[in-house]
Parts: sequence; structure tokens; C-alpha cells
Amino acid sequence: MTEPLLSVQNLRIELNTRDGVAPVIDDFSFDLFPGEAISFVGESGCGKSMTALGIMGLLPDGVGKIASGSINFAGEDLATADDKRLRNIRGNEISMIFQEPMTSLNPVYTIGEQIAEVLRAHQGLSRQASWSKAIELLDAVRIPNPQARVSDYPFQMSGGQRQRVMIAIALACEPKILIADEPTTALDVTVQAQIFDLLNDLRKQTGTAIILITHDMGAVAEMAERMIVMYAGRKVEEGPVQQVIDNAGHPYTQGLISCVPHILEKLTTERQTLQEVPGIVPSLRDFGKDQCLFATRCKYVSEKCNNVRPTEIEFESSQTVACWHTERKQ
Amino acid sequence: MALLYTIATRIMYAGILLLAVIILNFGMMHLAPGDVADSISQSMGGADEQVLNEIRATYGLDKPFIIQLGSYIGKVLRFDLGYSFFYTQPVSQLIFQKLPATLLLVITAQFLALIVGVFLGVYSAQRPNGISSHFVSFFALFGYSAPVFWSGLLLLIGFSLHIQWFPVAGMRDVTIEGNFFEETIDVIRHMVLPVITLASIFLALYSRLSRATMMEVLGSDYIRTAKSKGLTDREIIYKHALKNSLSPVITLAGLQFSAVVSGAILVESVFSWPGLGTLAFESIIARDTPTILGILFFSALVVIVGNLLTDLTLRLVDPRVRTNK
Amino acid sequence: MNNEDQYVVKARHPFAEAFEMFSKNIAAVIALIILFLIILVAIFGPTLYPVDPFDMVWMPFSPPGEEGFIFGTDYLGRDLVAMIIHGARVSIIIGVSAAFVTVFIGVSVGAMAGFYRGWVEEVLMRITEFFQVLPTLLFAMVIVALFGASLTMITIAIGAVSWTAVARITRAEFLRIRELEYVTASRASGANNFILMFGIILPNALPPIIVQAALMVGSAILFEAGLSFLGLTDPNVVSWGQVIGSNRSYLLDAGFTVTIPGAAIFITVLCISLVGDGLNDALNPKLRQR
Repeated sequence: MTEPLLSVQNLRIELNTRDGVAPVIDDFSFDLFPGEAISFVGESGCGKSMTALGIMGLLPDGVGKIASGSINFAGEDLATADDKRLRNIRGNEISMIFQEPMTSLNPVYTIGEQIAEVLRAHQGLSRQASWSKAIELLDAVRIPNPQARVSDYPFQMSGGQRQRVMIAIALACEPKILIADEPTTALDVTVQAQIFDLLNDLRKQTGTAIILITHDMGAVAEMAERMIVMYAGRKVEEGPVQQVIDNAGHPYTQGLISCVPHILEKLTTERQTLQEVPGIVPSLRDFGKDQCLFATRCKYVSEKCNNVRPTEIEFESSQTVACWHTERKQ
Repeated sequence: MALLYTIATRIMYAGILLLAVIILNFGMMHLAPGDVADSISQSMGGADEQVLNEIRATYGLDKPFIIQLGSYIGKVLRFDLGYSFFYTQPVSQLIFQKLPATLLLVITAQFLALIVGVFLGVYSAQRPNGISSHFVSFFALFGYSAPVFWSGLLLLIGFSLHIQWFPVAGMRDVTIEGNFFEETIDVIRHMVLPVITLASIFLALYSRLSRATMMEVLGSDYIRTAKSKGLTDREIIYKHALKNSLSPVITLAGLQFSAVVSGAILVESVFSWPGLGTLAFESIIARDTPTILGILFFSALVVIVGNLLTDLTLRLVDPRVRTNK
Repeated sequence: MNNEDQYVVKARHPFAEAFEMFSKNIAAVIALIILFLIILVAIFGPTLYPVDPFDMVWMPFSPPGEEGFIFGTDYLGRDLVAMIIHGARVSIIIGVSAAFVTVFIGVSVGAMAGFYRGWVEEVLMRITEFFQVLPTLLFAMVIVALFGASLTMITIAIGAVSWTAVARITRAEFLRIRELEYVTASRASGANNFILMFGIILPNALPPIIVQAALMVGSAILFEAGLSFLGLTDPNVVSWGQVIGSNRSYLLDAGFTVTIPGAAIFITVLCISLVGDGLNDALNPKLRQR
């Protein structure tokens, strides 16, 4: 068994809200192995983006902070690392791309400059060398006519192209981990497929591990080998993608999967009714309570669910579920 | 190329504006009761109808309005701004004597206000609840609400009369006849208070806007991207954020030129600065039409040129402006 | 039946929300109170303190506090307190009237430009640019010098050069609002242009216009002060700027004749600016999250 590249243990991230401090991530642990592609799945507000920001050390000052837990990477704990070390790692060993390509690039600098600066900052390349490398990178992310386009400004490019530029920037220094936070949500469906293809190919070429953050089960099925389902700041299920899709242990996961019928292997000719999951996500005030936070929406709810937070139970091989009632569904 | 074309169109447009200014002012002068003949006769101690008519004929005031307007515009195009009845000098000569002093005041004040204002804004935006932020808000209110001539007078009382750091009036100490360096220092000494007074109003405006823009910029997505690249704070603020927050401030500075010129008139009055302001005032009272028109023309010119320069600077800073419009 | 009801928030009337927001701004509230006091002084002052500001009541340059003259006397021996009181009247009258003229012209021009677009907008915008380029004080000086320095003329002169800011804001708001869906809906249900402009778009464009109008009162007061400082004022009334202007040669001996009226202008305009800021925060929905 190889050593995990990134090992997050009992992470707790707290947010300052008007009603006090709330744990947007509550006792969260996972491992990431070199070259792996995993996915955090869940609704908006479940804390998946916060985890990513926490790993990168980008939690907004005064708003959120890592309260406890550890983020072990390359032998050190990022949760306690100083600013200088974190800056060293960002863009260099761990990179991130974001959801809104239209606004994620600086409008007053050329895209070439925005790629080149990360090369100059971390690899010490000269202006000349970083500029040529930028052109190579644009080619690698399949932007046609890269020599001309390298001097373009972001407003001269489409959303899909800008996202490719973001990928080029993120992979420029050959990081060990790429975190992609909803990279295709703001793009057209056809462009989405292209971006996923690109990411998959690049992963095979460079061996970079990818953490895909998304609420879209379809994207998970395309990109990830292993998935982590999150709800209200907690992990509720984890396992190999195809296995979880075929046989989900947690009722929330089942709900998510049933919303995307085309990924189910077993499709019948009869029409399947979309099962809805009734209720809404708990508010931030309720995060952190010692009970199952999905209880109000669950059809298997029992008294234990309302009083004790479920622990992670092994469901099948290499698949874990945080639910008191896994036996019922098998 | 495109840039030259834009500059050429702007200049042409500016020319049309100036023409409109001339026509408007000319019209106004002739609409008003009384004319320069009256004021000359006043300084002569009275005159009868015939003398007045002779004066008018001498200065071409008896011809129809359109003809007078036409001949005036014709002269202006030949850089002849007419002759001042009151000062008995060609108007252009009068103006060029005084213009440099006003330009010195206006340009220095604008630059000072811009540079210090932007710097203050950038600094305080990073510390939203710190002292500098409160200073910016407070100073902004003071600078904007205090009448400029009052602040000038207060500075005079404080720094020239009681603590005698700076001279009380004028631009030069006539007794200094040293080399260029000494004379420059002398002018600078005289310049300090007037420039600070004039700049204070706009410093208030620019620092407030700069702070607000900077705060907005710091919250934007591309700054988050810059942070995720592992760039230093310095690079993030001064390379990525600053360039984006300059545009609104520069635009505002351009719009404020006419206010700066107006303020300059008052400041010149307070500090007896030998610029166009005093000239304007005297010639308005004396109904010296050519001089008034000349000054209005030139101050509009200063504003228009200021706007043009601001536009060009904006294009340098923000590439999106280059392709639009 | 389920817990979704607790998530429904009752909407409040926009005025009530704005009022509450404003009241939380201590500085703005205090400023408003001071302004009321100034207005009271202007209205009732002359009755309660019946000294003619033009009368010579004592020897010139009597320092403040002596001989029962709280603010002292000016270069002609006139009572400074009376001059301040009467000056308050002038400032307020001109401030409000000039602001009114400014807003009237500005809103008309901006509304028509923003609503009709096309050549109407082009022409109006060129005119606006033209007036923007004119050096405001200089132009007002010329108007006042030519047509006489009565209160009316001064008001018109100030209004004639200051309206461009209001026009710009109004036009921007009209451009923005006319694209919104509720305007299209109104048009589809048959509203004519007049109703659209003044019944539907304008009320929604009001917040920034109101803020600008408030600030215009302050800038009109400053403008008038500048004109009267230079001597271009109605000789029959006392104005704060004029007091400063006529006493300015005596700074060394009698600085108070300059500092006191100036402080009056400063405080008045400062309070107006604070109230304007408070209005801006209260009426501007984007800022409410703070």
C-alpha cells in the first residue's frame, strides 16, 4: 500500500457567522494517493469548497479558519504551516481552478503574462523562457494558434478558453495535486465534455492527482475513480465511483444518484420516476450537532439518528457509509 | 493606426467644443446690458452720447452681432485673441503672462492629489478598520466640506503669519536674484500652501474612491486566483489589484478638471498668486469683453486638454478601453 | 407541516428599511439634528436677536467674547453674531433653491436622454459634455457680473453650471432601469411614454438622485460662498462668504472675522455631506449587507 500524497485528519473549519461560530467542516478525514482522481460531491453549502480553500490556506481572513485537525502533505502539516511555506506550495505543488472562468482572470494583463508569472515565481525562469513555456502550455490545453493568442487579453476569449487558460496556469509548475472546484458549472454542456477530456488526458500525461469538487453526479462518473459524498460539513459516504453508483449505502447518495438516471447501469424501458429527497439542507447554525444531520429528510430515520452522530461504517469492501441503518438497504 | 485616429477625432471634437464655448460666451456678453464703452466712459468720469458712439465705432461694437462673432472667430483661428481695452495690451499677451502660474498650480495640485490619494486609498483598503481608513473617511469629509478659500486662509494664518514657515503671498520673492536653483526653491516655497489648499479638496475625493475601488477589487475572483498561484502580497496588491482600481480614479480626476480650475481662481485670490484668476476677476468687473472671452477660452482649453490627457492615460492603464467606443 | 415555513422572511416596506438603516448611522443622525438647529436659527434668529447686521454696533475688530458680543465685530464694527444669523438665511435659501434648479434641469435632461436614446440622447449628451467642460466658477462669475448679483441671478447661475452631475446619474439610472423586466411588462400592457418615464422608471431611479440632490445643496452653498467671497453678491444681504471676503485683509489682527463665518459654512456643509452619506447607505441596496 503506497503512502498517501495528502492525508487530512479530523479537519474542522469554523466560520464566523452572525449567530456565532459554526463548523462548516466537522471532523472530516480522507486520503489522496499519488495520481488518483477523487471527487467531493454534495449540494451547495455542504463545505466542499471550504475544504479546498482550507487545504490551500486561502480561507478568507477573519471569516473562516482551521480550528483543529491536520492536513498532512509531503511530511508537513499544512494547517499549521506559515504563510511563506503555503505560498511556496500554492500554484507550485498544489494548484486550484475555480468555478467562474469569466471573472477568474485579471482583465488588465495578457493571458501569457498570467501564465508566465507563475513560472517566474516558482521556477525562477526568465521572462523569455517563461513566455515560451506559456505558449507551450497553451498548446497543451488545446488552444488553437497559441503564439498569437498568448498576447490576448481575457476579454478576447470565450468562457471555455478562459478555463483552459486557468488549467494551463494551474498545471504550469507540474503540481502534485490539482483541485478543480466546479470547473464546468458555468460552461455549456459541450464545452464541459471537452474540459473533462482535457483534464483526464493531462492527468494521464503528468500523473497529477485531481480532486474534483462538484454537485453533478454525471461529472463524477466521467472524471473520478473514487468519490466522497458530503452533507452538511460531514462525509456520509466514500468509495469507488462505479461501486457507489451501483449500490449506494447512504440514503442521501441514493437520492443524488437517482437524479441522474443515465449513469445507472440498469435502465429499463419503463420510465423511471425521479425520486426527490424531501426537505432542505440544514442551516449553518445546525452544523456540528451530535446527531445525523440528514435525519429530517430520511425515510429510515429512528431515534438513534436524532441523538447520536453516525460513525463511518464499512459497507462493502473499500466503501464506507456514515449511517445507522446500512443493514436495512442491503 | 487606431490610436492616432482616436486622438485625431478627440482633438477635432475638442475644437468643436471650444467653438461652442466661444459662441456661447460671445452671445452672453452681448446679451447683457451695458458694454465696455460704458465702463470706459465711467473711468473717464462720464461721456456723452457722441463720445460713446465713437468709442463703439473704434472697437467695432456698432456692427451686427453675427459680423462681430464671425470676425472674432476668424481672429481666434489666427491666434489673435483681440485687444484689451482695459489693460491696453493684446489679450494673448496678457493671458500668456499669467497662464503659466495657473498651470503650475493646477497641474501640481491634481498630481499631488492623485498620487497621494491613490496611495492612501490602497493603504487603507488593506486595513478596513484601521486608523488610516478612518482618517480617509474623516479627511474626505473635511476636504470636501470646507470652503477652499477658508482652508487657504486658515493655512495662511497658521503657517505664514503665526509660524512663519512660508511666505504670505505671491509667487516670487522679488529680492532674490540668484541662480536658477535658488529661484526654483523660492517658487516652490511660495507654492506649498496654495497647492496644498487646492489639492486638499480633490485628495479627499480621490482617496475615498481609491479605497472603495480597491476594497471591491480585493474581493474579486481574479485576486483569489492570484493568491492561489502563490504570489507574494506585494505582487498581489501592486501588480494585480492596483492596475484594476486605477481606472475609476483617473476617470474622476479627468472629470474634476473644471472644478480644479474653479478652485484655482479662489486659491489665487487668497494667496495673491499671479495667475489667470485675478485677471479674470478684474476684467469681469471692468466688462473687458475680449479679455473675459480669452480667459474663458483658455480655461475651457485647459479643461479639454486635461480631459484628453486623462483619456489617454486611461487607455494605457485599462486595455478594455482600447477596443471599445 | 415541514420546517420550511421558518425560512420565509417577511418583506418590509422599503422606506421603513431605509429609515431604520439611516437611524443606525449616528453621525448622520447628529448631523441632521444640527441641520435642523441651523434652520431654526435662520428662521427665528432675527426675531430673537434683533440686531441689524449692517449696523455699526461697536468699534471694529472687537474680539469675541468682549463687551457682550459673543463673536466680536468685523472691520466696520458690525455684530458678527447678527451677520452669522442672517448669513444662515441666505445660505439655506440659495442652497436649497439652487439645488432645486440643478436637480430640475439635470433630471429632465438625463431622463430624456436615457429614455429616448437615439439622436435625442446624442444631442443632450453633447450639451452635457459642453457644460461639463466650462469652468464652473468662471462662468458663474461672468453671468453674475453681467446680469446683476441678485439672489435670483446667483441661484440661476449656480443651477446653470452644476446640473451635469445630476444629468449623468439620471441618465445612467434610466438606461439601467428601462431594460428591466417590469418596465417591459408595463409597456406591454399599454403604458404611454410619459407614464413610463415619470410613473415607473423615475420613482425607481430616485435613490441616487436623492443622494445627489442632498449633496448639491452643500455644493451650492459652497459655490455661493465662493462667489460672495470674491464680492459677487447681493449688496443688500449678508452672506457668510462675503463676510470672509471683506475681512480678509485683516487676518493678522482679527483672524476670528474669517475663521468664524468659515466655520459656519464648514459645519453646515459637513452636516449636509454626512446626511447625504447616510442617505446613500440607507437607500443603496448593495451596501446593506454591511
